[in-house]
Order: sequence, then C-alpha cells, then structure tokens
Amino acid sequence: MNAALTLDNVTLGYDRHPAIHHLSAAIAKGSLTAVVGPNGAGKSTLFKGIVGELRPTTGRIVGPAAREDIAYLPQMSEIDRSFPLDVENVVAMGLWRRIGAYKRVTRDHRRAIRDAIGAVGLAGFEGRSIGALSGGQMQRVLFARLLLQDAPLILLDEPFAAIDRRTVDDLLGLIRRWHQEGRTILAVLHDYEEVRRVFPETMLLARELIAHGPTETVMCAENLVRARAVGEAFDESAGICRRAA
Amino acid sequence: MLVDLLISPFADFAFMRRALVGCIAIALGATPVGVFLMLRRMSLTGDAMAHAILPGAAVGFLFAGLSLSAMTIGGLVAGMAVALAAGFVTRSTVLKEDASLAAFYLISLALGVAIVSTHGSNVDLMHVLFGTVLALNNEALILLCSIATVSIFTLAALFRPLVMECLDPAFLGTVSRLSPVAHFAFLGLAVLNLVAGFHALGTLMAVGMMILPAASSRFWIRNIGPMMGLSFTFAVTGSGAGLLLSYHYGIPSGPAIVLSLGAIYVASLLFGPVGSLAARYAPRTRHLEA
Repeated sequence: MNAALTLDNVTLGYDRHPAIHHLSAAIAKGSLTAVVGPNGAGKSTLFKGIVGELRPTTGRIVGPAAREDIAYLPQMSEIDRSFPLDVENVVAMGLWRRIGAYKRVTRDHRRAIRDAIGAVGLAGFEGRSIGALSGGQMQRVLFARLLLQDAPLILLDEPFAAIDRRTVDDLLGLIRRWHQEGRTILAVLHDYEEVRRVFPETMLLARELIAHGPTETVMCAENLVRARAVGEAFDESAGICRRAA
Repeated sequence: MLVDLLISPFADFAFMRRALVGCIAIALGATPVGVFLMLRRMSLTGDAMAHAILPGAAVGFLFAGLSLSAMTIGGLVAGMAVALAAGFVTRSTVLKEDASLAAFYLISLALGVAIVSTHGSNVDLMHVLFGTVLALNNEALILLCSIATVSIFTLAALFRPLVMECLDPAFLGTVSRLSPVAHFAFLGLAVLNLVAGFHALGTLMAVGMMILPAASSRFWIRNIGPMMGLSFTFAVTGSGAGLLLSYHYGIPSGPAIVLSLGAIYVASLLFGPVGSLAARYAPRTRHLEA
C-alpha cells in the first residue's frame, strides 16, 4: 500500500502517562479517514505527534518530510480574536509556503485569496475585522486558510464543534473536494452519523487502537463498546510499561 | 503669536531642533515595537526591560564615566541577557512570559544596585533616570538614528512572522521554524529601542514613547499597519508638544513629553471611535438595517 502516513508502535504521552499507547497503523495516500473515540482517547495527542509538536516516547511516525506539507487545524484554535486584522489577511497566512516571510503577494495570490474566501461562502467579508465574525464564520475563515495551504495531508481536529448544520454541510463539501483532489485527510469527529455518511475509512481509538479500516466494519456495536470501556484511565500508581517494542 | 508659541523655539534654538530630531528617531523604532508589545499583552514588559537595562547602564557609567558608548553597551548587555534568559525560560519551561521576565529583571536590578552602592557613592545617575533630550550631541543623534534604521529594517523583515506569532502562534509553529527567531529578535528590538530612549528621555520615560502612542492608536484604528502609522504620528506630536511645554514652562523635558503623550492617550480613551469610553457609554443609538 502507498502510505501517506505510517505510525509504527507509537506511544505519545504527558508526564510519562501514555495518551496514545503502542499504536501502529498506515494511512493510505488519498484516503479520507475519521478519527473516532471517547474524550481522552488520544485523538488530539495523535495529531500533535503527527505535526511534530509532541515527540513520541516509543516508535516512529513517518509522514511528509516538509512541515509545510501538513495542514493542521487544531481543536481549540489559539487565535487571538481581538487582534486587529481583517479576514483577507488571516486567510493570506495560508500562502506561507509560497510567499514565506518576504516574497511579494502577487495579483495571482490576491485572486487565490479571494477565491478561497468565496469557496467557504464568505465573499464580501474580505475587509471585515476578525473580531466581528461569528463562531461559524471564523471556522469558515480557517478553512479558507487551509484551502490556500494546498497541503497533501490535512488534519482537522474537531472541525465542527459548536458549528451549525448549514456551515457543517458547506465545510463537508470542501472536505469532499479535497478528497477528490487526492489529498489525504484525517478528521476527528464525534457525530457517528456524519462519519458513516461521509468518511469511507475510520480509525477508532481509545488510547490504544481499537479498530482501523472501512467505516462500516470499524463502527460496529462491539468495537464502540470496547472503546468506551477503556475510558480515561490515568493511573497515578501505574507501573512501567514493559510491552515489547 | 502662534508662530512665537509653536515655531520660534525650534527656529531659534539648535538644541530644540536636535531634541525634536532625536524624538522622531526614537519614535520611528519605538512605536511599532510598542504596537506589537501591546497586541501581545506585553505592555508592562517594556517597563520590566527598562528596569533591567538600568543597572547595565549604571555599571557602564561607573567604569567609564558619562560615556555614551560605555552606557549604551552596558545597557544593551544587561537588557539582552535578561531578554534572552527570560525568552528561553518562557519557551522551555512551565513559566509564562510575565513571570520569567519579572524574575530576571529583579535579579538584574538587585545586582546593579549592589554593584553601584559598593563601588561608588557620588554616582550621578540622574542622566540615566531622566535623560538629556535637550543636550543631544552628534554622537547621540547618530546612535539614535542608527538604532531607528536597524529597528525599521528588522521589523520589515520579520513583519509577517511577528503578526502570525501574535495572532496564531500554533499556526506559525506548524508552517515554519521562524517562531523562535521572531520572538527573540523582537525582544532584542525592544531592548535596543529602550536603550535609544534612555539617552533622550531616561530609562523609565523611554517606555512611555513605546506604549502610550500604541495604546492611543488602538482606540482609532482596526488594522495593524495603519495603527503603527498613527502611533508614530501621535509620538511625534506628543514629543513636539512636550518640548514646547518644557521650553515655555520650564518643566523637565522627559516628563513633559510623556505627559503630552499621556494627554493624547486620555483624549483617545475618551473619544476614539473604536472601543473607547465614548463608544461604551455614549454609543450611536440608531442601529443599522443589517
């Protein structure tokens, strides 16, 4: 299989407590995968490991060589909404791999920015200050920025938390478009119905890998019950893990 | 009449013109730095840095007398050491920026006071504390202009990463490795501009030139680029007004300049169109259709 991302016996954690425990999986190039699991299952931790924010304590993560090849939308965006900047300039940040810190923003770039803003349904909002946007509009802005990043691997951590139906549908349209363009997409989701409807592949996590494969086989009642049972154990008196690498 | 009040002092006296040029040079570098400090919620950082620079300048004075270069180098070394140590601790440990900076500037201040009090009794530190904007010589003016030039070019080179680092540090971290470069270069610029400011205005008053125009412009403009332009305009206006106040009423020039900047701030706070007290308590009552 041609893998966009390979996880080889990966353990990621905080203060020696594993949040992801000996995970091995391969994400096929061009696949559209939902990452599902209860709170505390290690979904966000896995993404932090993939983008290199967190270093694995065991195993290896093999993904794109250049960090610009990963577009990552974190769960709780740290964006300072009071910062005096307009929509156009925030979306323009997505051009980083093309313009970096110094290169000129050309007329083509301006058109790309405008197209991205239009594609997320915010045409006419270019000059609006980000402090004046609703939660859903801000999420659209972040998707427009992802669009411009033009990355082969896209990680979305709970992109639809507290977002209304219509916005979710619009943004899912974008995800489908990325899928058709052959990009590899991983998205953390909690709405099982949405997962079954849109995502062909699913990775079910509960600190350990419960199941990974076609959505209909992974999302069976038995697996979901197992995932729930693992829960959020964070045992202060846990011994040292001696599982073979 | 108006000419006598506003123009003649500058037309007739070279020291007034030199003071104004010095202030413009300081404003060019210090106001954009101040805007970033404000937007990163680091407004008090300038104050802490100024305290960190003080002992370095004092030690320079102690060993070389009233020498511009010795005091500049002393201030730079002390300020950079504190900025680097605090930046490193912030990025590598559990402490946040405010706590790590406070810890190091307090150490620096205590060290400076200890050195000065054991090595000399009649050290005249009034110059360091209050500056000598009315007695800027060529050497000092060249230093101020050089620092302004370096600041503007560095800010231009780092503008995008700095804005991204303020707005969305996590995003900058995922797309590039420039985040620490931007962070440390920015702290360095803050130190450099405070050192420039202390020659003219004194260490403590120099912070006023950074923060007051930035805070004032926040009440007028919603976009960062024009905000820097307006800050600079405010800083130059306040400097001119302060020098005139100082000339006509005999108020020390450093405090007169900062008080003028303060007046601009209070006016902006009261009447500015963006998020000011007027916008809060006397809003325009007729709302729009959509």
